[in-house]
Amino acid sequence: MSEYILEVKNLRKLFPVRRNLQQIIKKERRFVHAVDNVSFSVKRGEIFGLIGESGCGKTTTGKVVMHLQESTEGQLLLDGKDVTRLDKEALGIYRRNVQMIFQDPYASMNPRFTIRKVLLEPLEIHNIGSTQEEREAMIVKALESVKLTPAEEFLDRFPHMLSGGQRQRVATARTLILNPEIVVADEPVSMVDLSTRAELLQMMKDVQQQMGLTYIYITHDLSTARYFTDRIAVMYLGRIVELASADDLIDNARHPYTKALIAAVCEPVSGKVNVIKEVPIEGEIPSAANIPPGCRFHPRCIYAQPDCATEPEPELVGDENGHFVACRHWKELKRKKA
Amino acid sequence: MEKSLEVRNLKLHYFTSRGAVKALDDISFDLYKGETLGVVGESGCGKTTLGTALLNMPTPPGKIVGGNIIMNGQDLLTLSESQYRRDVRWEKISMVFQGAMNCLTPVYTIYNQMMETIQYHRDMEKSEADARIRKYINLVGLSDDVLRRYPHELSGGMKQRIVIATGLFLEPNVVICDEPTTALDVVVQAQIINLLKELKKELSLSFIFITHDLATEAEVADRIMVMYAGKVAEIGSNEEIFGAAGPMHPYTKKLLVATPRLHERVDKLAFIPGVPPDLLDPPTGCRFYPRCSEVMPKCSQEEPPITEVSPGHKVACWRCA
Repeated sequence: MSEYILEVKNLRKLFPVRRNLQQIIKKERRFVHAVDNVSFSVKRGEIFGLIGESGCGKTTTGKVVMHLQESTEGQLLLDGKDVTRLDKEALGIYRRNVQMIFQDPYASMNPRFTIRKVLLEPLEIHNIGSTQEEREAMIVKALESVKLTPAEEFLDRFPHMLSGGQRQRVATARTLILNPEIVVADEPVSMVDLSTRAELLQMMKDVQQQMGLTYIYITHDLSTARYFTDRIAVMYLGRIVELASADDLIDNARHPYTKALIAAVCEPVSGKVNVIKEVPIEGEIPSAANIPPGCRFHPRCIYAQPDCATEPEPELVGDENGHFVACRHWKELKRKKA
Repeated sequence: MEKSLEVRNLKLHYFTSRGAVKALDDISFDLYKGETLGVVGESGCGKTTLGTALLNMPTPPGKIVGGNIIMNGQDLLTLSESQYRRDVRWEKISMVFQGAMNCLTPVYTIYNQMMETIQYHRDMEKSEADARIRKYINLVGLSDDVLRRYPHELSGGMKQRIVIATGLFLEPNVVICDEPTTALDVVVQAQIINLLKELKKELSLSFIFITHDLATEAEVADRIMVMYAGKVAEIGSNEEIFGAAGPMHPYTKKLLVATPRLHERVDKLAFIPGVPPDLLDPPTGCRFYPRCSEVMPKCSQEEPPITEVSPGHKVACWRCA
């Protein structure tokens, strides 16, 4: 068994852009580069965070890992085995091992299913458990592990009778019932109330430690990521720009984009009402169909040098502490203008 | 300080088939000229309902069943619907709705939808209205170029700026912003917050800033009103809520510890056990007592009055009464 449970190598996912007649005649092709050459490895039993703004490709990366979307290029390795292309049978086994929690707990469950049915469905699909009693016991156990107790009380309820936090617990139970190795959680707490958010994350962390799970946590929220994850990869326009342990990334951010993200986060302390906060970034995120040449961040970077636009894109380079950054000038960042 | 709005004992119920949901129960507060009042609470605490109540347009089956909204000595709730529409809504009080950036008409250009609003309310020469639109579009940091565009051509941050400009250009006294930054990315969110701060300085109007996020509130609000289950739990200045001494109400305290902080490493995040009460049948006594860790025998029997613990700092808790 290798140290890494999941390895993603040079992953690319392109979506074709709809063309007009002229472009079809000229045989022009344009693509949205949703994920553009992304590589990372997830260690067994860790919580790996993928962070970025909307449209940076974090959810697409999650979907490719789930095989909900097929990659255009690149390689996926699970436990050292190539799982980039799978036939139907292999996909079934793969999905048992890699499960997903979706963002919207109101849309991810069939409103006509009781909680029992919601949890029974994966068992039926994957043919787990032979008798009804056996399956019922598994369902109760899964509900107990996400602390929905007494479980019997929830079995016959419908999703609309539960709060957002409780639904996300059921969604977690639905993934756990298959005893997976990896759980991809796409913004699992963004639609849950603040007061229950921490409780839910705590529960997910407890379950992870008990069952030795590996999480890939996709979010835009740096504050919860710092608390929840072990390592964080920051994505910008389909690429990883920085990757480090959660504490190191936030305390010693190297990439100008990570620095801007950190500066933009609000903190609940007094004395900031009349201060205009400086956010060290320029302009807006460009379209992923039209990625700037050179370093893709240079048009928005306040430290950009002339060679950032002309030289090829900087590679993700790491040091001995496992802190990777894709910026040529991170050691000597100088402002373009005061 | 001059008051731009006084709200007294405002009550709003939703009349559902299962009974009346007391979404706003005896809400009283003052809004001063040139300040931002932050309204925070969990979903279902009545913060958005409060915004719609101030515009006197509760979402059906809601109805305002009592209280006063006083502006310049006049009780706005005594006005008829047509008077309210003509003289108050958007003229004196405007609102930037939650997810408003998705509410722009997709088939109108930005210019046309802004022009429509202005022409409904003001008998204004086209050239004058035109100048007004351009002035406010520039004020929110956009160029005139966006006016001939359709909503789908603009980014989320730009649309949010347009919605804010539309809320401002009839020059109201009070602007209610309902979660204006929640759907936006962190960087854009910081830019919109900066914009609201600049506007407050330049236009000397009052903002009511509704959000569930205490961290955002710390950045924008001069005073903060914490709501729980349709009631005011605590009102205090930014310093009184977020300062070193910390807030007084157990609910505010818990909410504050449950807010994750980026620059602090914590091993366990605090949370508030349980869920907010069903407002069809709220608990007797303090509405927070089933989830409170500082509960006393009295809490479950009698409702705590809202007490002024220091000038301007009001708390509804028996521990402070």
